[in-house]
Amino acid sequence: MKTPKTISGAMQELTFTRRATVIGGLQIGVGVLLAGRMAYISVAENERYKLLSESNRVNLTLVPPRRGWLIDRNGKPIANNKTDFRVDIIPDRLRDKQKTVATLAELLALDPEELERINRELEQASSFQPVQVATGLDWEEYAAVSVRLPDLPGVSPRQGFSRNYPTGPAIGHLVGYVGIASAEDYKENPDPILITPGYKIGKDGLEKIFEDRLQGKPGAKRVEVTARGKIVRELNTRPDIPGKPLQLTLDIDLQEYAARRLGPESGSVVVLDCLTGDILTMTSMPSFDPNSFSDGIGVTEYGMLRDDDHVPLLDKSLKSLFPPGSTVKPMVALSFLEAGLDPDETVNCNGGLQVGNRRFRCWKRGGHGRVDMAKGIYQSCDVYFYYFAQKIGINPIALMANRLGLGQQYPLPVLSQFYGTVPDPAWLRKKYDREWQAYDTVNSTIGQGYMLVNPTQLAVMAARLATGRKVIPRLIMNEKKPKIETLNLDPEHLVYVQKAMSDVVNGPGTAGRARLPLEDVKLAGKTGTAQVVNLDFGRGGKDVAWKYRDHGLFICFAPFDNPRYAAAVVIQHGGGSGAAYPVARDVLTFLYDREKAMDVLTGLEKSWGGNIQERMDAKMAAYRARKISKRRLPKTVFRLLRKNPKPAPENRN
Amino acid sequence: MSDFIPAPIAQLPWKTILLLFVLASFGFVVLYSAAGGSLTPWAGLHMVRFMVFVVMAIILSRFKESFWKTMAFPAYIIVVLMLLGVELIGAVGGGSQRWLNLGFINLQPSELMKVAIILAVARFYDLLPPSQIRTWGAIWPLLALLAVPCALILLQPDLGTTITVIAGALTIAFLAGLPLRLFIGGGAAIAVLAPLAYFFMLEEYQQRRVTTFLNPENDPLGSGYHISQSKIAIGSGGLFGKGFMNGTQSHLDYLPEGHTDFVFATMAEEWGLMGGILVLFCFFLLFRWGLGVALKARTRFSQLTAAGLTVTIFFYVAINLMMVMGLAPVVGIPLPFLSHGGSSMMTIMICVGILMSIERHPGRRGGAFG
Repeated sequence: MKTPKTISGAMQELTFTRRATVIGGLQIGVGVLLAGRMAYISVAENERYKLLSESNRVNLTLVPPRRGWLIDRNGKPIANNKTDFRVDIIPDRLRDKQKTVATLAELLALDPEELERINRELEQASSFQPVQVATGLDWEEYAAVSVRLPDLPGVSPRQGFSRNYPTGPAIGHLVGYVGIASAEDYKENPDPILITPGYKIGKDGLEKIFEDRLQGKPGAKRVEVTARGKIVRELNTRPDIPGKPLQLTLDIDLQEYAARRLGPESGSVVVLDCLTGDILTMTSMPSFDPNSFSDGIGVTEYGMLRDDDHVPLLDKSLKSLFPPGSTVKPMVALSFLEAGLDPDETVNCNGGLQVGNRRFRCWKRGGHGRVDMAKGIYQSCDVYFYYFAQKIGINPIALMANRLGLGQQYPLPVLSQFYGTVPDPAWLRKKYDREWQAYDTVNSTIGQGYMLVNPTQLAVMAARLATGRKVIPRLIMNEKKPKIETLNLDPEHLVYVQKAMSDVVNGPGTAGRARLPLEDVKLAGKTGTAQVVNLDFGRGGKDVAWKYRDHGLFICFAPFDNPRYAAAVVIQHGGGSGAAYPVARDVLTFLYDREKAMDVLTGLEKSWGGNIQERMDAKMAAYRARKISKRRLPKTVFRLLRKNPKPAPENRN
Repeated sequence: MSDFIPAPIAQLPWKTILLLFVLASFGFVVLYSAAGGSLTPWAGLHMVRFMVFVVMAIILSRFKESFWKTMAFPAYIIVVLMLLGVELIGAVGGGSQRWLNLGFINLQPSELMKVAIILAVARFYDLLPPSQIRTWGAIWPLLALLAVPCALILLQPDLGTTITVIAGALTIAFLAGLPLRLFIGGGAAIAVLAPLAYFFMLEEYQQRRVTTFLNPENDPLGSGYHISQSKIAIGSGGLFGKGFMNGTQSHLDYLPEGHTDFVFATMAEEWGLMGGILVLFCFFLLFRWGLGVALKARTRFSQLTAAGLTVTIFFYVAINLMMVMGLAPVVGIPLPFLSHGGSSMMTIMICVGILMSIERHPGRRGGAFG
């Protein structure tokens, strides 16, 4: 545009008109742009934004499914679900962590230890993992949190189900426990149900092994929510599909009785049905309460379990190995018979036998005099077995041990089982690179030395001695009655050994006090006392420190003349078999006459200071008090206190 | 009809009033829904204010051009003093303050400045002899007029209003005939300097604000939240909307400021693209009327004033809609006649009143020096 030197009003007028038109045009351009933009958003991208608007409006809440029940052989619940109001925190929605936790602590009256756990878990948890604040709340507490929700972002109160184990510690080791999915679980399988508050997966034991079956399918609830998270209304709900129940062979009443009967001792009771191999009870005490674990265990309670020298966290029925002691003698005798030894052949016991350059003692210092096989069993004469084992050799004994189930692993649904040792020359060469000696045979024949078993193996041995059949323990109930092979033992041999075992209890044997308080049922058994260390001052009875005391063992079956039940009891550091057979007697009595058995237990529990729960609570209080007083001590003292010797590690294979 | 209605009433610009009434009524409907189907707190007050300000606009329309000419500079000075007053009260009271409490209304002087700057700049170019238009003398007074109020408004801080004030003044300068190369050169300079300023002058948090605007989904819970939710509201409305009272974004509080700056999104969610087109069309009619008034005006002052006021209202609408649709950063400018808010409605209605006055008194041809 050429610019004239001077500009007149008329030219300005023209400029104005022209430029105003330009501005009008620009305005129309902007208008078209806006209309186009709006059409693009609302028509072309309509689907996308509709979805976003819906996902704003609708909050899909997954409802954790109820886990399948675990029931016992009679249909009684071992693990079920109880309705429960709970509160969780979802860390990445938290605004003010401290304030929120403080508010919750006040509303729900949380104790300092719980707060410590919550804060610890908040530190550790990935941002998406819910942290449990409290479960088992009543309606008032739940409502108190719910109405304050708009001020508590990240807090999620819900109504749901929590796992419940009615018998608590009695069943701990076997069922395991449930817990929230770990960050690794979620990374592996990023299913939103895994991070839904209240959803638990099996963490140990049967709960873990049968996770797929027990889990069930989550339900879902669609609700309309405001931006601040207030629920406006419920849209629709899809119910959860509960997991399938699982029936175990256990008799939960017997299991609980056995657990209670073990009392303050550390030990295990295993009872089998001889005819089917059904495990009626498989108890290991002391134990932990799976309810505590499933609810998120407190530091103190876990610390107490961890520090206890009776190792409550270890399943002793399958994972503790003990020298079987004299309980192997019926088995050894059977191998003697099969090797052709005449049971009437005798040896003179004068309290010991020289083997090589060492004298092996019989448990009875004064000796047993003339001893034949039956007396060797019912009087548990060591010299008889020292003498004849050397003649017959270790191999037939080891073979028989394996046939009767020692050193074997069973097809049980457990995460691990220790199968122990049945030593023989080949094993010794491989393991310790040395030749088998006569004293090794002597040691093995009385269940000492390298020989190690777990309590379940002992029960299996008892069942096989009772029936002559290859009884295989099973834990899961199914329709099919298992086929049980025969062990091809000479029935005469069996009858001989069974008679001797009956004499242990009902005759002139070592366990007269094990006799059942029943008229028509006779118990047959074998005692065992296993040395833990070779003590200079003799046997480890009640007068030495707990961890040096002998283990007490007892295997048995009943009725003697028509075996139905077989059992093994092991009392760790019980001081001798006297600690074990009264337990076996009462547990078997329970199978026949519950009332009689309960009477005995009630009396005993009074002297022990209450039932399992009461004793655990008392222990917990004492532990807590001790911990607090420890904290107050200067550091050096604390260090000295910690130097307390740890329990000797279990001899495992 | 003229037989029954007295002349003064028949002479009122009924078409324009009807247009404004349609817009304000639509605003009323949207605000009624935004409050969950209630006249309080917004819809009722919105309509009452509109009625009061329409009366005010009609009264303003009776003033002659000479009145506005006389008032141009004094009004500018008074508003600058009010801006200073706000700053002082803010400094004493602590924290930033944008309004003066006059008892019956919370007055935002920065809003009034949008009108005052138009009158003052138009008056200045009216006074400037045509021969001077291409000299430095046509530029520095403009900058001087802008400097003080812009500095004061930026102090508040209110970037949106500052931009509107500058844009209004520059539009008048453009229409007054300042050399085109100044505008082209200025535009080019901004195009070059803006990226440089972005990288070398802005603090990190300011940069983030710009990038958030460009990509709101990256920060859906922070400052991108407004834009994201607004786009969701508009986008989910589709062609015909979710229906009256059925907007979820607004009713469930996902859309922030759904009754003020983001009222268009609230509307679009329930009325869809059709509602949006209706609003745009009404505004198109309004601006066509405004520019028509400017083109028909016969004095330089009234031409420049009418065009400047039209463009000022246009900036409100354009910036607000661009912001709501994610084409501009969130700057806090309401949508005329639809957003709930007294100060901005008063400003707009003053603009409309002056436009009506110019329509009524086109003046004699030729400027002061004509």
